[in-house]
Amino acid sequence: MARATKKKGGKKSDKKRSELTEEKVEVMYDDEDLNEDDENITSEEEEEEDERKHHKLLEAISSLGAKRKKTLGERSEAAVQMSEFTVTAEGERDRVDLSDLIGSMEKTPGVTSRTKKQLKNLQKDNKTIESPLSRQETDRIQRDVAFQKAATEVTKWKGVIKQNQRAEQLIFPLNREPSGPKPIERVVTSWKAHTPLEEEIFSLLHANKQPIHDPILTPAEEASMKAMSLEEAKIRRAELQKARALQSYYEAKARRARKIKSKAYHKVHNKAKRKEFLKQFDEMVKTDPAGALEELNKIEMARMQERMSLKHQNSGKWAKSKVIMGKYDLVARKAMQQQLEVNKDLTQKIVTSLNAEEEEEEEEGGDAEVLPDFVNDAEQAVDPSNPWMRGKLSEDPTEKDMIVDLTAEEAPRAAEEEEEEEEEVKEPEEEVLLREFDERRKQRQAQEAEAQITVEEEDDDEEEEEEDKAADEEEAELSAFTSLFREKAEAAADVTDTSAQLEEGLTRIRTLEDVELLSVPQEEAAADEAPLPPPPAENPPPEPQKREAAKPKKRKRAIELKEVLTKEPKVIQVPLAPTVEDAEDADEQLDQRGLIKEAFAGDDVVADFLKDKRKQEDAGKPKVVDLTLPGWGEWGGTGLKPSRSKRRRFRTKAVPPPPRKDQRLPSVIISENKNSAVRLHQVNSLPFPFQNHSQFESTIRSPLGRTWNTERTVKKNIKPKVVTQMGAIIEPMAREELLKDKRPAAGRGGRGGQGGRGGRGVDSQRRHIRDKRAEK
Amino acid sequence: MASPGEATVKDSHVGKKKKPPARYWPEQQKEGKDDNKVGKNEEHAEQAVEQEEQKTQKTTKRKQEGGERDGKKFISGKMDPFPGPARIPEDRINKFKRKDKTKKPRGSHYKLKDMISRSEKASEMAQKQAARFDLLLPEDAGFLEGDEDEDTCTISQEDIADAVDITAGSKYFNLKLSQFGPYRVDYSKTGRHLVLGGRRGHVACIDWQSKQLMCEINVMESVNDVKWLHSEAMYAVAQKKWLYIYDSNGIELHCIRKFNDVLRMQFLPYHFLLATASATGFLQYLDVSVGKEVTAICTKTGRLDVMCQNPHNAIIHLGHHNGTVTLWSPNQKEALVKMLCHQGGVRSVTVDKTGTYMVTSGMDKKLKVYDIRTFKPLKSYFLPAGASCLSLSQRGLLSAATGDIVQVYRDVWSSPVTKPYMAHRVPRTVWGLHFCPFEDVLGVGHGDGFTSMLVPGAGEPNFDGLDANPFRSAKQRQEWEVKALLEKIQPELISLNPTELGQVDRASFAQRHQDRVQALGFDPLAKEKFIPKYKTKGRSSAGGVERRKKQVAYEDQRDVIKKTVETKMKMEKERKQKEQKATVFSSQRSALDRFKK
Repeated sequence: MARATKKKGGKKSDKKRSELTEEKVEVMYDDEDLNEDDENITSEEEEEEDERKHHKLLEAISSLGAKRKKTLGERSEAAVQMSEFTVTAEGERDRVDLSDLIGSMEKTPGVTSRTKKQLKNLQKDNKTIESPLSRQETDRIQRDVAFQKAATEVTKWKGVIKQNQRAEQLIFPLNREPSGPKPIERVVTSWKAHTPLEEEIFSLLHANKQPIHDPILTPAEEASMKAMSLEEAKIRRAELQKARALQSYYEAKARRARKIKSKAYHKVHNKAKRKEFLKQFDEMVKTDPAGALEELNKIEMARMQERMSLKHQNSGKWAKSKVIMGKYDLVARKAMQQQLEVNKDLTQKIVTSLNAEEEEEEEEGGDAEVLPDFVNDAEQAVDPSNPWMRGKLSEDPTEKDMIVDLTAEEAPRAAEEEEEEEEEVKEPEEEVLLREFDERRKQRQAQEAEAQITVEEEDDDEEEEEEDKAADEEEAELSAFTSLFREKAEAAADVTDTSAQLEEGLTRIRTLEDVELLSVPQEEAAADEAPLPPPPAENPPPEPQKREAAKPKKRKRAIELKEVLTKEPKVIQVPLAPTVEDAEDADEQLDQRGLIKEAFAGDDVVADFLKDKRKQEDAGKPKVVDLTLPGWGEWGGTGLKPSRSKRRRFRTKAVPPPPRKDQRLPSVIISENKNSAVRLHQVNSLPFPFQNHSQFESTIRSPLGRTWNTERTVKKNIKPKVVTQMGAIIEPMAREELLKDKRPAAGRGGRGGQGGRGGRGVDSQRRHIRDKRAEK
Repeated sequence: MASPGEATVKDSHVGKKKKPPARYWPEQQKEGKDDNKVGKNEEHAEQAVEQEEQKTQKTTKRKQEGGERDGKKFISGKMDPFPGPARIPEDRINKFKRKDKTKKPRGSHYKLKDMISRSEKASEMAQKQAARFDLLLPEDAGFLEGDEDEDTCTISQEDIADAVDITAGSKYFNLKLSQFGPYRVDYSKTGRHLVLGGRRGHVACIDWQSKQLMCEINVMESVNDVKWLHSEAMYAVAQKKWLYIYDSNGIELHCIRKFNDVLRMQFLPYHFLLATASATGFLQYLDVSVGKEVTAICTKTGRLDVMCQNPHNAIIHLGHHNGTVTLWSPNQKEALVKMLCHQGGVRSVTVDKTGTYMVTSGMDKKLKVYDIRTFKPLKSYFLPAGASCLSLSQRGLLSAATGDIVQVYRDVWSSPVTKPYMAHRVPRTVWGLHFCPFEDVLGVGHGDGFTSMLVPGAGEPNFDGLDANPFRSAKQRQEWEVKALLEKIQPELISLNPTELGQVDRASFAQRHQDRVQALGFDPLAKEKFIPKYKTKGRSSAGGVERRKKQVAYEDQRDVIKKTVETKMKMEKERKQKEQKATVFSSQRSALDRFKK
């Protein structure tokens, strides 16, 4: 029985056994056992020898069983009283209960009350001590704890290690005294007393808090100096008092004002405020534009809110009631009116000088006009005898482009696709043309009005009809037209040194727009008026002028370089005139004919260059791939073209290339070819810690070599990462090092520390949990 | 720099009376006195306060003036009146600026931060040090200044030579060599030696400062151009047919037949390249360190008789008869840049030392100044006679030859010029112009010999002894030669932007791959074509082979389709996310926008 119970108990040992009943049962069993034992003993007493033998026999028999019974500690002599030890010894697998012990305690008189109490508490507290953990577990826990300890020990070094890793240069052995002469101050201040006399003196000085190194003021003196004088303190206190009083007064006033419920008051008040504010704002505009702008933004915001809300829109409950009342009540109508006025007031845009300026600027802002420098060259003033140059010079770049267009695009014009694309490009140009044409028409009309010829019905479309009309009308119109040209021509310059031959040469320069726009009147002019100088010769001069008139502001906005160019080239006066050499070199001989020849060359030069540029641009453009196959899905054969829709479907447009570098430079062609030779030497992928190109590029921008730097800089630049001293033993770092480094590290504080603390927090938690487990 | 004596004087001046005596031990009796007289003690304290105030004022003043650190107190109690390192003027620091400051990115890797801050520090130090050492370049360039209402251009060379010291005066001289026609001129890089090449075959080398003739030969052929190579030991002569190289003793070292009909030459000193422009329209580069032709470029623009180099980036500028100036590097077969500069032909081109400005003159008698970085014209001048030769000095003086008159201009690019700075008439037409480096001298080769002109303010007064030392000995020259050869820049690195090497190659992978394919002649990454194995016993029938091929192709296609579908899905997803974001963003904004007018 007992064994069984014991087993039970053993099984439950790992659990928490708190059931009292079971224990009681156990106790009961124990008692039974005891009784049995008692019986045995009594029998022993009665039948001595035989019984013993019998017992021995029994024992032998019982010992034949599975388990050997341990022999009882038996007394040889007879004893009346049974020792308690026998009992325990008997039940080797029984346990001694506390109650048993306490029971005996009650009887014993020598036990103190305190112990009794303790024991009683123990009895009440029926927790049992758990059995010890297995060896593996304890080992593991111990290992854990040991690791924790070691880890904390090691993490102390973390800062030092990191610092050393990140250091620009490490010099081993680490704690070496810096060589070289020390500054005199340090030598003096680090001086120590050696002789007893010196020591005595210094101890005295220390005791009296006298400055040892820097004999200006004693600490006591400094402290006294820091203290404030009485008067000063008084003044300060009075000031503070006053300020406090004022503050409280204003606060009270504000509180009072806030509580006023009178609408009239508030109305007046607000109005006054608003006025005041506007006045201030106007001043501010003059004095502090930035601040004013901010204020303006605020006002704008308020305005926006006002516009957003329904506050003064006469749409509320009150307003509706007033609307009903308004028919009969004048006051109500007035109130509504007022409400609307308020709204108007609030939503009105405030016009200030700031605003006005901005608008003006916006108006002014425009794209810069691109003009080649030839346009602005002042060849005219210098050399009036050369008409070719002038004709060319006064041309616009667009005109030149057009010329090239005319010549170069004859061939591709056959291809429809390109034409289509071209159309898109030309659109703005056409707009420009239209505008110009409009202007011209206006001018012409004005002139006609001056001439008092009433041909108001006439239009450009009706010009054909006009041919049929009377000759005088034609004459009049033409005269108006030509007079305009004349005017412009005269204004430009007196360039009329023309011969018929030269004019013929110049017709080519005629601009496309002029050809298009003025073809009809020109033809008429050519047909009707032979003596009139042909307009193309004089056409170019008015062109640029009109442009200028149309866009004077744009000119202003152009790049300064251009502005510089618009000036005439400076004619330089040389004090010494060059002597003309005779046949030394033909280059120097430049007579009028030569000049003209040169001019001719220049004429070609520009056109050639522009053609060249156009060619390069075209070469750079991606080609449109046409994959249309004739005959698929429709009829094929000679003379049949695939349908438009089909061609559109199979035509793949390439992505337009990035803008050329010389896009804005009319007289420059920059090759778009990449230099692949340099590429082989360049870094082609961003090295590790860098996030973008500019970072990396900026770090390698400054040169390192001796050629570009002073010696000290070079030395610093090429400092080795690790320096060791020849023959010196590099010892591992000692603990003192750590302590030494700790102080500055703590001083640095900041982010690193926090991060560390976070980690440590988790660590400590874990450690705490482990400790608890270990306790168990 | 502050001298210590000055410092002490100042200090004593400020606090003469109030200075408490230095004490090393307690002054008992004085304290006792102070105890007795409280009033006096107060006074003392006040005085001390005053003194302190004065001191702080002074120190703050100093700080404002530029000291970074506080004045360190010495043991004697005195303060350093000029604390911290000596101040460097801002403009001088800016002069040595190499790069702008980079911002340290937030929340990035510590290594990156370290690197950036370190490089920042290093560059700052370099800049400051250089600015500090600028003090060691004491020489300053000065210009000729005339009296009131006297033009400097009217001052004759003789007057100048008389006015200056004897050594400088001896630098004005004429060599009358009327026999062998107009002369081309070239000074060596150090400015010490001069080579003259007469049109009719006369070639002479002179140590022109000591007027010592090194060699004199007649090549018995017409000479088009002469040029010193990297040192004064060798020079190249472009003769009627071929290019020859002679040493300083006049011994012919090489006859380079690959270079024929050379008209003009330029030597790129850091690349050891001799660039030649020929009458046949070829621009050729000769590497003189290894003696090999680097490239020959057919410019297709006819006779090339106008040439100059950009010293900043070693780009060759050629002038053409059609008024264009083209820029060339040995790495590209076509012109890097083609600029239309003149309406007539270009007669002469020159580029300044910093590579910023280009000056051209043309048959249209104009002189134009361009900003060569942006290729935009800056100034245009009209010279009544036109300039046949141009040359820019190290300090930016422009010399232009019109016929037999040599004019020198100042500041042609910054301010409009109406008058030359100097003018000088030489006996006959000018044929060659060259400013002497590190000297205020302009060498003029003309039909009647050679004239060495004095042009105050032309040369760089401070030479770099490691780069070009006019006073170097033979030993130094040898050492320099070895070093220069070691530091030779490869011709591949010549490009319009010399800092391009320091940039990361941003070409895409595809582009790079294309280049590689072009270089290798095949595609190393190309997937090899599937060739079905030949099977015996009639199993390799044509149909079977086709089937196998088809199978493989089918598999490949599947892979491709899978990939594309995946990428499409991904893109779609991203797009959706973006849209979502955009809608959220736009909805946030739109509330008030409605009411904006």
